[in-house]
Amino acid sequence: MAALVLGLTGCKQQGGGGDAAGDIVIGEVAALTGGTATFGTSSNAGTKMAVAEINMAGGLLGKQVRLVTEDDQSKQGEAGTVAKKLISRDKVVAMLGEVASGRSLEMGPICQKAGVPMISPASTNAKVTEAGDYVFRVCFIDPFQGTVMGKFAISRGWKKVAILIDTKQDYSVGLSQYFKEYFAKNGGTITGEQSYGSGDKDFKAQLTAIKAGEPDAIFASGYYNETGLIASQARELGITVPLLGGDGWDSPSLVEVAGSAIEGSFFSNHFSNEDTSPKIQEFVKKFQSVYGKVPDAMAALAYDSGMILADAIKRAGTTEGKALRDAIAATKDFDGITGKITLDEKRNANKSAVVLTIKNGKFSYVETVAP
Amino acid sequence: MKHHTSHFALLLALAVSLGVSLCSSQLDDYYLDIMLNVGINVILAVSLNLVNGHTGQFSLGHAAFMAVGAYGSSMVTLEMGASMMRVLGGAGPVAESVTFLVALLVGGVSAAVCGWIVGMPSLRLRGDYLAIVTLGFNEIIRVVLQNTNGDGPFGGALGLKGIPAYTSFFWVFATAAIAIYTIGALVNSTYGRGFLAVRDDEIAGESMGINTTRYKVLAFVIGSFFAGLAGGLYAHLRTTISPEGFNFLKSVDVVVMVILGGMGSTVGVIVAAVVLTVLNEFLRDFEQYRMIVFSLLLIVMMIVRPQGLLPAGLFQRRKRA
Amino acid sequence: MQGQRYEPFAHHFPLSQFLQQLLNGLFLGSIYALIALGYTMVYGVLRFINFAHGDVFMLGAFTGLYLHKLLGPMMAMMPWPVAMLVILLLAMIICAAAGILIEFLAYRPLRDKPRLNVLITAIGVSLLLEYTAQLVFGATQQPFPVIIPKGNIGGLGGLTVTITQVIVLVTAVVLMIALRFIVMKTKLGMAMRALSLNPTASALMGVNNSVVISFTFGLGSALAAAGGILYASLYPSIEPFMGVLPGLKAFVAAVLGGIGNIPGAALGGLIIGVTETLVAGYSDTLGIPSGYRDGVAFVILILILLFKPSGLLGKAEREKV
Repeated sequence: MAALVLGLTGCKQQGGGGDAAGDIVIGEVAALTGGTATFGTSSNAGTKMAVAEINMAGGLLGKQVRLVTEDDQSKQGEAGTVAKKLISRDKVVAMLGEVASGRSLEMGPICQKAGVPMISPASTNAKVTEAGDYVFRVCFIDPFQGTVMGKFAISRGWKKVAILIDTKQDYSVGLSQYFKEYFAKNGGTITGEQSYGSGDKDFKAQLTAIKAGEPDAIFASGYYNETGLIASQARELGITVPLLGGDGWDSPSLVEVAGSAIEGSFFSNHFSNEDTSPKIQEFVKKFQSVYGKVPDAMAALAYDSGMILADAIKRAGTTEGKALRDAIAATKDFDGITGKITLDEKRNANKSAVVLTIKNGKFSYVETVAP
Repeated sequence: MKHHTSHFALLLALAVSLGVSLCSSQLDDYYLDIMLNVGINVILAVSLNLVNGHTGQFSLGHAAFMAVGAYGSSMVTLEMGASMMRVLGGAGPVAESVTFLVALLVGGVSAAVCGWIVGMPSLRLRGDYLAIVTLGFNEIIRVVLQNTNGDGPFGGALGLKGIPAYTSFFWVFATAAIAIYTIGALVNSTYGRGFLAVRDDEIAGESMGINTTRYKVLAFVIGSFFAGLAGGLYAHLRTTISPEGFNFLKSVDVVVMVILGGMGSTVGVIVAAVVLTVLNEFLRDFEQYRMIVFSLLLIVMMIVRPQGLLPAGLFQRRKRA
Repeated sequence: MQGQRYEPFAHHFPLSQFLQQLLNGLFLGSIYALIALGYTMVYGVLRFINFAHGDVFMLGAFTGLYLHKLLGPMMAMMPWPVAMLVILLLAMIICAAAGILIEFLAYRPLRDKPRLNVLITAIGVSLLLEYTAQLVFGATQQPFPVIIPKGNIGGLGGLTVTITQVIVLVTAVVLMIALRFIVMKTKLGMAMRALSLNPTASALMGVNNSVVISFTFGLGSALAAAGGILYASLYPSIEPFMGVLPGLKAFVAAVLGGIGNIPGAALGGLIIGVTETLVAGYSDTLGIPSGYRDGVAFVILILILLFKPSGLLGKAEREKV
């Protein structure tokens, strides 16, 4: 036992010398396998593209950037373990990830304790950045997203909206709560509140109850898996009003499962790949040439998180934790793919959201809603 | 004689874990994390072995009891931790240890109570019903926790966060040592004979006047208690817990350790828990194949070597009559 | 309901809505019934819970998906009822073969081994099917092709029933009648009944037990495959773990009806389907989260085990030495 302990301590001292090749090592935690693998592979693609571009442009501080990605298998507990691995074994100077809020919450305290800045690309839960002053994100947060859809519903003149909540997803619970607050305060009526849990397949019971309230729209803020089924079952029950949702809808699967049933529904998102601005079109084209598909919001956010980190390292002139943290915190009006990003004092990105609709099986841009 | 050795082994284990714990700041964080995972899995495997191995019942819901322990203990440290510390004379190692001990025990006892509630009806029936009922209980616990209010004491689907990181090398390995010692002593006592009677031939045991249900429930309650302790340790190691982390597949992980190690063989089960946990870490990139290999192993083992890789007989000297 | 009379609950519980919920539950229940039949038949002949049955259900759905891809151009030329029938029958045959193969490779070598070993093997087979499916088909949800045209059946007042729902119910009923015929009127069916009454006696009477067991697995798996395709037609989004919950619920249905009892399984399936839908539909009105719907089946299981372990239509059976 004593020998084992000595051996392990030895390893710790050995590893202290930094990266042998003199590269800047950045860690990434993503779910490459398991239930949320679609989000993880998308964000991983975005991060890799950002790192490749940084290196093509000559790297940072005269060094090349090396990305070490660890798969947390979409499992609780794993995100924490791999974060520790990246920090203590790979000596990363900063951490990118996770997409899922639950796993970012797990990584946050570890990065905070180790003094390694962490940037989450897409964890929208408000609590994520409360872990400490080393934890940042480049996306907007749930309260904002719920309010955006509330504003949108009011602007469309809808008076009565029913709410369908995925109680297994804190994300959906939060969105629904903020939607309800804004909508009710501004003259709308909530005609019914129903709930389900992710993984459910049958929503007819809840939809039958919702139908009785004759709403103008249904706020269904769960993930795309269930939303697709909800849409087709709603149409089967003769509910014709649009559904409203959040960025959890952002997947081609939504249209594949729902077919025409989801046409004319609306959801808020981080960016639209239809946006005609040259910066976005260039990103879309490059991404397509590398990965053979159109980038989704996760890829765009992960790309932005990598670029913001690179920008901060350049400004800090060092990769030392404290200085790098300060440089990230000072990010202002960064021109990203997902909008102009300013990190506020709570280390959240202050930026606008876009509302998309489904038209002819494609996500098409409707409007931008500023904070 | 035998008792002296096991007492000594327990004390030695406690002393070593305290010693290692004191210099754990010298350890690499990642390696320490793996070692603590190993310890927690040893507790889980040994406690499940009492039910699935020694008593021959089959529980598929060990993660549920772990969840009860994790939530129970976290609620103590989160809701009452501060006031307990104040009573104990302010933050310090002693106040912290006492608070954590109380929290762990609350978690363990809550899990044991749940074990009793689940065990009473289902243990009157045949083994495979227990498998389904515990699996169902696993689901119910998860569903109930997930559907709680996000701002409430259970934290809803997102679970609890900001749990103090009290779990140290000492706590994990001391608990593991106590679990091994207690379960070992129990199996070697009169109670142990009762457990074996339940496993080997329930009907014969019953006709010999052994209250088989009582032994089954006892084993199940003790197993649940230690699973609850493991849950408490896990929660205060990870500092965040969510209902999804205690799903059916977590239970399966423990079941695999018990079966591969050899049901009823404490040493075998410990070895399996250590090897599988470490292997998991090194085979990270093969995650997709891991469960395929394990499930194949389960099937092949049942056909070729149902007693496990390291069965009980291997480490016990034959007793002469 | 135009307010002629004071009806305290009319707002929350209008009759048409209640009838609609009842219908929704009926369609779901008919699928549970189909899966439950497989559990009950296997239990009847082998006295063990085939844990992997829910995964054969999943396999059925994926077989349907890939058959549709494979036969795509041909499918387009056929009228949809023919296309549906072709896919249904082919998938049933393929899964029947898979079921027979599973029994032959995994369960047959354990025929005389303790029941616990068979249970563990069954869990192993279940995990193997799930994780292999995850590796082959991917972990994410895939859309199931629309074979049955979308649209509602008219003339039911305020009630909505889709063509898919009608097809599902009709198919399920036809399959149950066919099963009833096979079990009651054919030689193999008679052998099945003989085997489930007494395996030794049936073997002495010249029944080839192995053939009958293979046949039972094939039959059960074919029904599960049909259930999988019908389920996927109703809820067109399939993934490797889709069989776990419906499988467990169907098992509860089988226990509720009296395990080993074929009409009981059908009845149990309908009861579970309807209860679950009513809980989901009214839970929010009553102030409990509808996430509890998944807990309903397990609460029913625990209650039935406590008060009537032999099930609604089953006969009490005393375990023999």
